Order: sequence, then C-alpha cells, then structure tokens
Amino acid sequence: MLENILRIAISAILINNFVLSRFMGICPFLGVSKKTSTAAGMGMAVTFVMTMAGTITWLINKYILVAFNMQYMKTIVFIFVIAALVQFVEMALQKYSPSLYSALGIYLPLITTNCAVLGAVLLAIDTYNYGLVETIVFNFCAAIGFTLAIILLSGVRERLETAKIPKFMQGFPIVLVSAALISIAFLGFAGM
Amino acid sequence: MNNFTKGFIKENPVLVLLLGMCPSLATTTSVINAVGMGLSATAVLICSNAVISMLRKLIPQKVRIASYIAIIAAFVTIVEMLLKAYLPELSEALGVFIPLIVVNCIILARAEAFASKNEVLASIVDGASMGLGFTFALIIIATVREILGAGTWCGLSVFTSGYQPATMFILPAGGFLTLGIILGVINLIKEGKKNA
Repeated sequence: MLENILRIAISAILINNFVLSRFMGICPFLGVSKKTSTAAGMGMAVTFVMTMAGTITWLINKYILVAFNMQYMKTIVFIFVIAALVQFVEMALQKYSPSLYSALGIYLPLITTNCAVLGAVLLAIDTYNYGLVETIVFNFCAAIGFTLAIILLSGVRERLETAKIPKFMQGFPIVLVSAALISIAFLGFAGM
Repeated sequence: MNNFTKGFIKENPVLVLLLGMCPSLATTTSVINAVGMGLSATAVLICSNAVISMLRKLIPQKVRIASYIAIIAAFVTIVEMLLKAYLPELSEALGVFIPLIVVNCIILARAEAFASKNEVLASIVDGASMGLGFTFALIIIATVREILGAGTWCGLSVFTSGYQPATMFILPAGGFLTLGIILGVINLIKEGKKNA
C-alpha cells in the first residue's frame, strides 16, 4: 500500500510531471510565471483546488454517478465542482490575501479552465481507476509537480529579464524554448 | 468572408492569440491526431457558438460563464461519445484530451468575446473560422514534429531508409521547442513586413 502510494507520488511529481510531460496547465504555466512569488502563490491555489477537487469528484463519482449509472454526465458534473471550488478560493483570497489576489488577476478565475485540474480528476477516476486515498495522493502530487514546474520556469524567466535576446525571440518564443530545456532535464527521470 | 478568414492568419487562436496551448502541444505528435483534435474542437466550437448566440438574450449576465461551460460540456460529451462509437482508435490516441476540450480556452473565449454579442449565423461563421484556424495551427506544429521526430507525414515515410529520426521532437520537450521556434519565425516574418 505504502509502496504503491510512493510510486504514484514520485510518478506524478517527477516522471509524468503534469506540465512538462503531460502538457496540462500550460496557460497558467506561461501566463503567471513572470515572478517567482506569484508563481508560488498560483501553485498553492492550484494545489488546494486540485486536492479538494480530486476528493469531492471521487466521492460524487462513486456514490452518485456510478450508483445511478450516469457516468456519461461526469465531464459536466466535474467541471461544476471545480468551478465552485475556484469561486470559493477566490473569495477566501480576496478576504485574507488581497495582494496575492490582485497579483494573480485574471488567472485566478481561470483555474477553472486549467486543464491540469480537470485532467488529473479524469485520469485518476477514468483511466487509472484509483481508490480514494490514491486519488487524493495523485491529485495532490500532480499539483505539487505543477508548482515545481512553474517555480522553476519563473526562476529562469527572472534571469532572462536581463539577458540579451534576439528581438524576434523575445517574449513567448524564448519562454517556450526555456520550457523545452526544463522538460529535457525532466526526461532524465523517465528511466526511474 | 472577412469574418471567416480572420481565424487562419490574422487572429489565429494558437499562433497569434496564444490560446489553447495544452492540446496544441499534447496532441501534435502526429498529423492524424492533430487533425482529429482540431476537427473535434471545431465541431464543439461551432455548436456551442450557435447555441450561446441563440440564448444570448436569455442568459443572465451574472451566471453567464457557468451557463457557457454547461453548454460546452454538453457538446463535448456528445463528441466524446460519437468518437468512442465510430472512431475508437482516434479516441484512444487522444485519450483524456477529448473531455479536456471543455477547458480549451479558445471555446470559452469565443463564447464570451463573440457569440454572446452577435447573431447566430455570424457566430457559426466565427466558430468555423476559429476552429479551422486552430486545426491549421495544429497541422503546422504536427507536421514539423512528425517529420523530424518520426520521419513520416500522416504515417507515410518521407525520407529514405537511412534517416535517423530525432525522437526528441515527438517527446514533450520537442513540443515546447517546436512551438517556440514557430512563434519566433512568425515574429521574424512580421518584422520583415514592417521594414519592407
């Protein structure tokens, strides 16, 4: 059991990193990675939403959708659970951490459409058929993997600010190439 | 007509507006997958644009995003079921990225920016234009990645047998690299036009 959970955790964080090898959550990965502090805040918000979403959708899937044989409704139901959670996080941040709230800006409500959240939920429930504990661990670690990737990229981007870059590569092109290099580094975990 | 062509070059959702990055990196390992993904998203986009435009006067302002997502999710579920029934191989290859069309920002962006303000017919044209522009961008990315990474195009081999495919390009890192360089080249072309 413990060994299994450890395997899920390492796989979700390093080997199949959600951003760098599954390509989920690219929009916030590119959008909010300008500064390390905002990147870390975004990572924490996503971690909370993903862990909660994994738990709640697993319960809904098992006790409502499967019980009444309505699995075809899963995409619609799951996206609403996620949207509700994001709304909750937004209200909480607005009240308790207004500076982070304004730094995340448009990307905060956009966590709803962060495909890493829905993707992790669907993968855990649909593809891997995980149990409740495994689902929670998988979602939490997937989010940690997302946070790790976005913090790494923001570190690189802070350095890039002062670097001399050819004009046509400035902005998104150079960020994507940096992401490619980080992704190559993560390939090293593939043999694990 | 202008409404229809804008999605390809001037307002291409992926290459110019930088929307819908996740599927455009994840499903472009081969041209066939790219076309499948592009057309599925186009179908959802046209239908959701049409319905949202029809209902635009009925949906209250405050809950509009939630309503759009419900409409989009319904069409995605339909597409998902159709693909599973008629094209099981493609459905297998695209996997979780079919249900993830729900959270493709292009679709929500068009609902918010266009369909909620325009007539039904114009919205359908806009959906088709953006959807095909998305497909077009996916095909470009996939062409580069498949030819370099596997030595094939649409499954047909392009090089003589001596070619060693650079597998890196169909790996995730190659996706980032290819898109980065394509965007760089586009900037280069734009600059050249300005100077000329």
